[in-house]
Amino acid sequence: MADVTPKSVLTAPIFQNNPIALQILGICSALAVTTSLSVSLVMALAVIFVSSFSNLFVSTIRNHIPSSIRIIVQMTIIASLVIVVDQILKAFAYEISKQLSVFVGLIITNCIVMGRAEGFAMSNTPGLSFLDGIGNGLGYGFVLMVVGFVRELFGSGSIFGFTVLAPVQDGGWYVPNGLLLLPPSAFFIIGLLIWVMRSVDTDQVEENEFKMKENSKPKEAV
Amino acid sequence: MAQGNNSIKKILIVAFALCIVCSVIVSTAAVALRPLQQVNQELDRKSNILNVAQLYEPGIDIEEIFQDEITARVVDMRTGEYTDKFDPDTFNHFEAARDPATGRTLSGDRDIAGLSRVENYATVYLVGNPNNPDQIVLPIRGQGLWGLMRGFLSIEGDGNTLISIAYYDHSETPGLGAEVNNPRWQAQWEGKKIYDEKGELSPEIHLTKGGADGEHEIDALSGATLTSNGVTNMLQFWLSPEGFGEYLATFRSGISQEEAQETDVELESEGA
Repeated sequence: MADVTPKSVLTAPIFQNNPIALQILGICSALAVTTSLSVSLVMALAVIFVSSFSNLFVSTIRNHIPSSIRIIVQMTIIASLVIVVDQILKAFAYEISKQLSVFVGLIITNCIVMGRAEGFAMSNTPGLSFLDGIGNGLGYGFVLMVVGFVRELFGSGSIFGFTVLAPVQDGGWYVPNGLLLLPPSAFFIIGLLIWVMRSVDTDQVEENEFKMKENSKPKEAV
Repeated sequence: MAQGNNSIKKILIVAFALCIVCSVIVSTAAVALRPLQQVNQELDRKSNILNVAQLYEPGIDIEEIFQDEITARVVDMRTGEYTDKFDPDTFNHFEAARDPATGRTLSGDRDIAGLSRVENYATVYLVGNPNNPDQIVLPIRGQGLWGLMRGFLSIEGDGNTLISIAYYDHSETPGLGAEVNNPRWQAQWEGKKIYDEKGELSPEIHLTKGGADGEHEIDALSGATLTSNGVTNMLQFWLSPEGFGEYLATFRSGISQEEAQETDVELESEGA
C-alpha cells in the first residue's frame, strides 16, 4: 500500500483500493441488500459506523491485546458494535430494520470490518484507523449504491422508492427485469463495475500469476 | 507487541475486562432502547390491522383510531365462541401453538398450510360495534415459497364477504411473490365470497390462473405459482373448521336469522 496519510486512508479505499472491487471482500452482503437504494444506504451507513469504531477501539487497545487471542478480541468488539447498531435501527428506523432483517447481524461476518481491524488497526494509531474504517466503509457503500441503483431502477423501475419507469403491474409501460431483484444479478453488476474500474485505472489490473498454455490442436492430441 | 502481553495473567485480564466493557455497552443499549422498540412493534402490528381493515391513511393517529374503532377478542376456534380465558392484549398465537394445553399437532392432509402445530385460540379484531361488527380481522399464516407468511385477512360482518388481505411478514421473491402486498392486486379481493350458498363449512375461495370469473375466484399472482398456492392453502385452512370456520359460521347464521325475522315481520304486516 502507498504512504499512510490521513487523506489517503480516507479516500484510497473508495476507488483506488476499493474493498469490494479490488480486494473482493464483503461480496455476500453486497448481493443480499442491494435490491433497493434506501436499504443499501442504511446498510452502508451501518457498515461505516461499525468499521470505523471497531478500528478505533481495536487500535486504542492494540498494545494490550495478547496476540494469541487477538482475533477473538476484535470479534467481540465488532459483535458488540453490531448489536448496538441493530438495537438503534430497531428503535429509530423500524421499517428499514425489518427489511434488512438478518443482514445487520451479519455485518459481524463482513470480511471488510474484520480485515481492516486485523490488517490496519492493529498496527496504526487510533486516529488513522478511525479514518481508515470510514474510508473502507465508504468504499463498500459506494459499490452498494451503484449496484442498488442499477437493481432498483431496472428491477422495480424506481429510485429511492420514487417511480421513475412506471412498471406494467401499476399500469405503466416498463416491464421490470425480475433477474435484477434476485441476488445473482449483483454478481453481474459487480463484475461489470470491476471491469469499468480496471479499465479506467489500469494499475488495478493484476498481473497473470502464470501463463496459460495454448490449447493443443486436434492434430497434436491424436 | 510487547512480550508481556502473552502471559496467561495478561490474557485473562484483557479477556475479562473486554467482556465486562462490551456486555455493559450491549446491555445498556438493549435496555435503554427496549421501550422505543416495543412501541414500534406495537404500532407496526396496529397499523397492519388498520391497513387490512382499510382504515389506515398516512398521518393518522394509529393509537387513537385503533382505540376508537377496534375491539380485540379471543376466540376458541373449536367451538367458534369467544373466551375470556386469555387477555386479548397479551395473548400470543405462537406460544399458544407450542403449548400442548392450547395448541394441537396437525398431520398429513390436514396440515395444508404447512404449519405442523396450530393454536386452538386466536385473537380476532372487530371493527365497529363488537356485537355486530362491520368487519372482522383474522390473523392467518402459512407456508409460501420461501418461508412462513404471516398476515391479516379482513372479512365483512356477514362472515362471508372478503375485504382485503395484507401480509406483514413474508420472505417471498421481490417483484413476483412479494406482489401479495401490491395494493392493485389486493384490491380485487374486495367483494369475493368465501363460502358457497349452501352454507357448508368448507371454504370455496381460491386463487386461480388466467383470469378470475366467479365470486369465489381471485386472480393468482403472475410468475408466482407457488406463492399463490400457498395463499390458497392458507385461506382453505384458516377458513375451514380447523381455523375460523365455526366462528364465521356464527356470523353467517346470525345474518340469516335476522333476514328470517325481517321476512316474518313483512309477512305479519301483510297479514295485518
